[in-house]
Amino acid sequence: MGKFNVLNHELVPEHYVLDSKEEEKVLRELGITKDLLPKINKSDPAIIALEQSHGDINPGSVIKIVRKSPTAGISVYYRVVVSGETVR
Amino acid sequence: MTEGISKRIYRIQFALLSPEEIRKMSQIKIITADTYDDDGYPIERGLMDLHLGVIEPGLKCATCGGKVDECPGHFGHIELAMPVVHVGFIKEIKTFLDATCKRCGRIKLTEDEKKAYLQRINALNNENSDIDSMSLLVKRITDEASSRTVCPYCDAQQIKVILDKPTTFREEGIKVTPKEIRERLERIPDEDLIFFGMNRTAARPEWMVLTVLPVPPINVRPSITLDTGERSEDDLTHKLVDIIRISQRLRESRDNGSPQLIIEDLWDLLQFHVTTYFDNQTAGIPPARHRSGRALKTLVQRLKGKEGRFRSNLSGKRVNFSARTVISPEPFLSVNEVGVPELAARELTVPMTVNRFNIETAREFVKAGPAPRDQFGRYLPGVNYILRPDGRRIKVTKENADENSKRIDIGWSVERQLAEGDIVLFNRQPSLHRMSMMGHTVRILSGRTFRFNLAVCTPYNADFDGDEMNLHILQKEEARAEARIIMKVQEQMLSPRFGGPIIGGIHDHITAMFLLTHNNPLYSEEETVHMLSFVDVDEMPDHEIINGKKFYRGRDIFSTILPKGFNIKFRSKLCSGAGEKCEYEDRIEDKDVFIKDGKMLTGTIDEASIGPFSGVIIEKIYKKFGPHEGARFVDRMTRLAVGFLSTRGFSTGITDYDIPEEAVKSIAETSRKALEKIGTLIDSYNKGLLEPMPGRSLEETLEMEILGVTGEARDESGKIASAQLGLSNPSVIMARSGARAKMLNISEVAGMVGQQSVRGGRINRGYTQRTLPHFSWGDIGAEARGFVESSYKQGLNPLEYFLHSIGGREGLVDIAVRTSRSGYMQRRLINAFEDLKVDDSRRVADTVGAIIQFKYGEDGIDPTRSDMGKTLDLNYIEFDQKESAEA
Ligand SMILES: [Mg+2]
Ligand SMILES: [Zn+2]
Ligand SMILES: [Zn+2]
Repeated sequence: MGKFNVLNHELVPEHYVLDSKEEEKVLRELGITKDLLPKINKSDPAIIALEQSHGDINPGSVIKIVRKSPTAGISVYYRVVVSGETVR
Repeated sequence: MTEGISKRIYRIQFALLSPEEIRKMSQIKIITADTYDDDGYPIERGLMDLHLGVIEPGLKCATCGGKVDECPGHFGHIELAMPVVHVGFIKEIKTFLDATCKRCGRIKLTEDEKKAYLQRINALNNENSDIDSMSLLVKRITDEASSRTVCPYCDAQQIKVILDKPTTFREEGIKVTPKEIRERLERIPDEDLIFFGMNRTAARPEWMVLTVLPVPPINVRPSITLDTGERSEDDLTHKLVDIIRISQRLRESRDNGSPQLIIEDLWDLLQFHVTTYFDNQTAGIPPARHRSGRALKTLVQRLKGKEGRFRSNLSGKRVNFSARTVISPEPFLSVNEVGVPELAARELTVPMTVNRFNIETAREFVKAGPAPRDQFGRYLPGVNYILRPDGRRIKVTKENADENSKRIDIGWSVERQLAEGDIVLFNRQPSLHRMSMMGHTVRILSGRTFRFNLAVCTPYNADFDGDEMNLHILQKEEARAEARIIMKVQEQMLSPRFGGPIIGGIHDHITAMFLLTHNNPLYSEEETVHMLSFVDVDEMPDHEIINGKKFYRGRDIFSTILPKGFNIKFRSKLCSGAGEKCEYEDRIEDKDVFIKDGKMLTGTIDEASIGPFSGVIIEKIYKKFGPHEGARFVDRMTRLAVGFLSTRGFSTGITDYDIPEEAVKSIAETSRKALEKIGTLIDSYNKGLLEPMPGRSLEETLEMEILGVTGEARDESGKIASAQLGLSNPSVIMARSGARAKMLNISEVAGMVGQQSVRGGRINRGYTQRTLPHFSWGDIGAEARGFVESSYKQGLNPLEYFLHSIGGREGLVDIAVRTSRSGYMQRRLINAFEDLKVDDSRRVADTVGAIIQFKYGEDGIDPTRSDMGKTLDLNYIEFDQKESAEA
């Protein structure tokens, strides 16, 4: 059985890697530094799945997540990649 | 964000105290277990030595020379005869022993492995990532090292160390003494410590085995003198006495060469005392007890749990300017008010700083003395104390009031008693949501209880079966302003939980409004005037003239409390609640409540209109006309209800459930049929003829079939009973209007109680293969498994009664379990969320500024201001505009 790509699952929101230009724009709009963004582990299944299409994603990259929301329609969230340890 | 902050914590470091450090911070070495001599004077080098601080007035500290409130207390120390392990570090000691070589002391990793791990540790350190990932890495490293059975450096074979809880380590069954443990820990080289997450500058592993014990200052463990003059020592002192005694005996035995067995026993005893000194609830050892049998409260017990230092003294404190008493109802108060007994009001004060604008008022207050009354003997606020600018307190009495009123001047402070109109905070525990503490304005009443409007029972979850509530008097102008603007009851009428009203009419209010509006009855002028005298009306409603007499319609009377310009149309509960198809579906008069420009045209007012949680009228008035009108509507509605019921009257009783003989017979017939059906089901099960449902076992299928039959029987008999009980029946009125109880409860009383259940199934517990000894083994018939054929009114037979109690108990147990569990969950949520904040860009961030949500709740909507969770009720807005334009 081929490995299932978690990003294709209905309940997993869309993940995008921002390029440095977009990254800068987002941080400027939010008026914050990167360390104040919510974090996501490099070992997170969504990042691993994203790496299949995008290539290696380094810690410090900003991920844009677009979620479906019953009240807001669409909600955008940003998370910065960190190299956390996980037990596997 | 950093305005006004002069100091900020840069970091906190946790470290272990080394033996040298303990000795260094100690003022005196304690060598004797005695405390006081016969004259009651502290014994030198005893546990109460004067070097450890003073708590008795008159004595001076031998260390700093300070008197009682000047000396902060000083540590001493005890030299333990033999080392003992520290219970708090058992886990860490085990990890160290497991992961290092028992001979050479080095971590059991090769140089290459060490290098690789060191790199990862440094990477994590530089990244400043969270502690969790570091502890995960450390765990992985130590796990790997522990799994090695041969030392990569000295090739020594490793023996597995087993922890015999709480504090004994064994190797192949042989005890490893704390002394041996300490020696092994000493052998671990400094550079290996980083792999355990330990920082050499802060700690050494062998410090987790104690050789020296710090003795806390006496300020920490003061002795108390009882009324009899007897001295009673603190639990910690008792424990320290034990430790010194055993340590002494151990030293003597060791020095005079006693048998090894005796030494080991004493050593274990010392370990026990030191362990319980830290934590007297260590699993695996009996807690040390007082002579009276009470378990000692030692260090951990002082901090832990609900009664511990954190939850009892730091997160929660006792406060001044508060009162607590029993609550009772008072329908003539507004929802915004609270009745405070005179007795309490005389004790509770509001400070008034005297300035050139209020000095005359202040003088008048003081002049009135501590217990003034007006010419009719009614309460007036007085003054208990005045404060001089230097802070000195002067008690105001009847005698000195006049003189004191002349003395006060600008800069003085006057503590005025509670007055009508003051804003106070009112609270009932458990404070589960923000409406558990609301602002009320004071009304001074006689009696001894706090009183408030019944509509406020819901947010506080209060009733009057002995409930008590707390009152807090605000002391600052800013606090009072905040309370008035955001905490007042009228500001809290909508719940942030579902964006609807949490305040509304209950019980009799709903019954009354139902009776007043259902079928739009006529009331004579006398009756109408009586009802409306409870409400402040400007003019009488429209009337009709019948036989030359004035009559008023119920809906018109109700309309008098509706604001002008109010429009609404919605389905009433009466029509929406009853089963598949509403019997009122075709009667426009009853189906929809229609209000146009503040005049009620059709429908019946019930729970759906004015109840808490669902009351549409309350919600829409509040949203259209604001908090003041919302509160005013509730105030007038509750008063009108009382006015109405005091002329019409309303009562309920067991006769509500009288049904004709034929109905009783037909219910009996229903239950007979059900029993018969269950009999055939069991029969076919026994014969193996029952077809199992998909995915179910035969037994499960049978149970489900039987539950279906019993459910049907109950519903059927409920229908038969209800058919006899119409809307003229008070119990039915209460159920159908939503005032209290459900139709199901009525059918339980009049029809049949039905199947009792535990965990969703028929009752199946008690004796071997039967619920009670009255049944034969393996009886799975209806009666044997909790089918109650009787109605509450008929009464249950003893067997039914017993099985009914089993089912009833489940409910009680559920509630007990649920509350404790949800309470703990809520505590954790509160602690996790307490410093999150929504800023003006609707972003949720913590105190550091780290973002939690980019938009509060993804949509930035405050649920309190939402429309039952939705952003807007466009349908209503459109409807309202259309109706308003027509009017
Ligand atoms: Mg109660
Ligand atoms: Zn001192
Ligand atoms: Zn070795």
